[in-house]
Amino acid sequence: MLNQEFKIPAKLKTTSLVLLVIGLITLGAGVATLLFSHEVVSQTRFWAVLLQNSIFFLLISLASVFILSATSLAQAGWIVSFRRIPEAIGSIVWVLGIIAGAIILTLIWTDNYHIYHWLEKGNIPHNSLNTLKNFFLSKPFFSIWTVVVIALWGWLGVKLRNLSVQQDSEPKGSTKTYWINFKYSAGFVFVFALTLASTIPWLWIMSIDSHWFSTMFSWYTFASSFVSGMSMIMLWILYTKRHGYLDIVSDEHIHDVGKFMFAFSIFWTYLWFSQFMLIWYANIPEETIYFKIRMHGPYKFFYWLNIILNFVCPILILMPRPNKRNYFVVVLVAVLIIFGHWIDFYQMIMPGTVGADWQMGWFEIGILCGFVGLVIWLVANKLTKAPMVPQNHPFLKETIIHIS
Amino acid sequence: MSVKKFAVAVYDDEAVLFPAVKKVRSAGYKIHDVYTPFAVHGLDVALGEKESDLHVAGFIYGITGTATALGFMGWIFTTDWPQNFGGKPTFPLPAFIPIVFELTVLFAAVGMVLTFCYLNQIMPGVKKHIFHPRQTDDKFVMAIEVTDENAASTEAFLKSTGAEETKVEMAEADWWYGRFDQKEEYEIKQQLA
Repeated sequence: MLNQEFKIPAKLKTTSLVLLVIGLITLGAGVATLLFSHEVVSQTRFWAVLLQNSIFFLLISLASVFILSATSLAQAGWIVSFRRIPEAIGSIVWVLGIIAGAIILTLIWTDNYHIYHWLEKGNIPHNSLNTLKNFFLSKPFFSIWTVVVIALWGWLGVKLRNLSVQQDSEPKGSTKTYWINFKYSAGFVFVFALTLASTIPWLWIMSIDSHWFSTMFSWYTFASSFVSGMSMIMLWILYTKRHGYLDIVSDEHIHDVGKFMFAFSIFWTYLWFSQFMLIWYANIPEETIYFKIRMHGPYKFFYWLNIILNFVCPILILMPRPNKRNYFVVVLVAVLIIFGHWIDFYQMIMPGTVGADWQMGWFEIGILCGFVGLVIWLVANKLTKAPMVPQNHPFLKETIIHIS
Repeated sequence: MSVKKFAVAVYDDEAVLFPAVKKVRSAGYKIHDVYTPFAVHGLDVALGEKESDLHVAGFIYGITGTATALGFMGWIFTTDWPQNFGGKPTFPLPAFIPIVFELTVLFAAVGMVLTFCYLNQIMPGVKKHIFHPRQTDDKFVMAIEVTDENAASTEAFLKSTGAEETKVEMAEADWWYGRFDQKEEYEIKQQLA
């Protein structure tokens, strides 16, 4: 059944819409009780939670575009069997990008210095640590770069998907679109290196603690988003497979995606530790302050939960080969990883904004539900628009006989 | 050290080899080994090979490396020769992690390479009988251990599976130390049979 088209199961549709409605109600309640509250902490909490969730879901969707580009450039055959899933996730990047961009630009142009401290008037000139960042952390540069980057990501995500769908209606054996796709993939990897792998996490997340800096930070964010992006792809593969689609995806493909989840969890830990150890060893006050609030301060619980969910669980559970082929175990770990990295983003953003007054309550969980519902709804709708298997991809045979 | 009799079939393509392996196994023959010029994906499954336990050995070597590094450094810096480095604790765990990691990798890597060599009987100086000179170049060679009685019938059967060349020969089944250019050594072994 190579030309099977995806029909959204009723249960999935209901679930996603219920989650989306929960999110919208939470957002409404948040606007009423938090945004217009007299307490600065409540307002900051409102914006910080929106910032965390919108950036997190934008970046893990973007990871799909990256894995598509990277495997296209490597001319990898194994991914072709479930290529439509990262394509569908990648083509919703623009929606999440608009949401994240709107939130970030609102923060910048309303001078919300409780989130981005460098927006406070007089903060930058009087602080020698910030003077070197004057150009980088200025409203015009920040806004233009944010808009340009989101536009590029959204456009390339949709473009890669459209090229692949276009290939379906081409004559058999034609490789024209394949090579166009190859060029766009190369372009995306270049864009990705200049944005997600370097400047964007500095601007959007690291500048919350604008006195602190870490050259590992963008890689750390990349690893975090990539491993949760692979987990999300895994969840979609297993969900659609369970409903009778994607029968050319075998245990071998599942095993390969499982290896990505396993390996990049370790890669994330490697970057996490590299960032921590240099700061711990040098012991310079303006650097250690970042870890003081997280390791010994009010975020102690999330800090260690982060390590347990994102390192200890994946490495111990996914290490044996049979576990990477067991659908139940793999789904469990994928959910743990996605939740773990959501916690990771939480502890990146909250200490510098709400500080000691953190809360993990109805608003945080409600907004999380809303974004999960939005992503499920958008991706499921995208999947119905084209056959679940690329029809004329040159590597189609290679992917069917693939052995990991 | 045992010289045995083998029926040998030479195939020139993996597309012929796979059905041949299937036919030979379903006919009830026990394949001694298949020699290929490159790693053929899925051949281990077709041959019915069990999954290797090499990774379990690797895990044990890795844990040994972790324990060695932590134990040795911990003993030095807390018991044997405690020193104060910039006010760090006497057991500075984060500073140990890179070395613990490296030793874990080193133990696992070296241990697994040696175990792999032992399991596959490959080592500098270790030689095995080569059934066909082109099995490392472009031919696929299958060897089946036979007795004097069934040698001819096995050879005929192999011929029917699409082999381009078949033969029955006496060969050393195990490994030995030596060099292939020392022709005499090899021929003496043949005569011993």
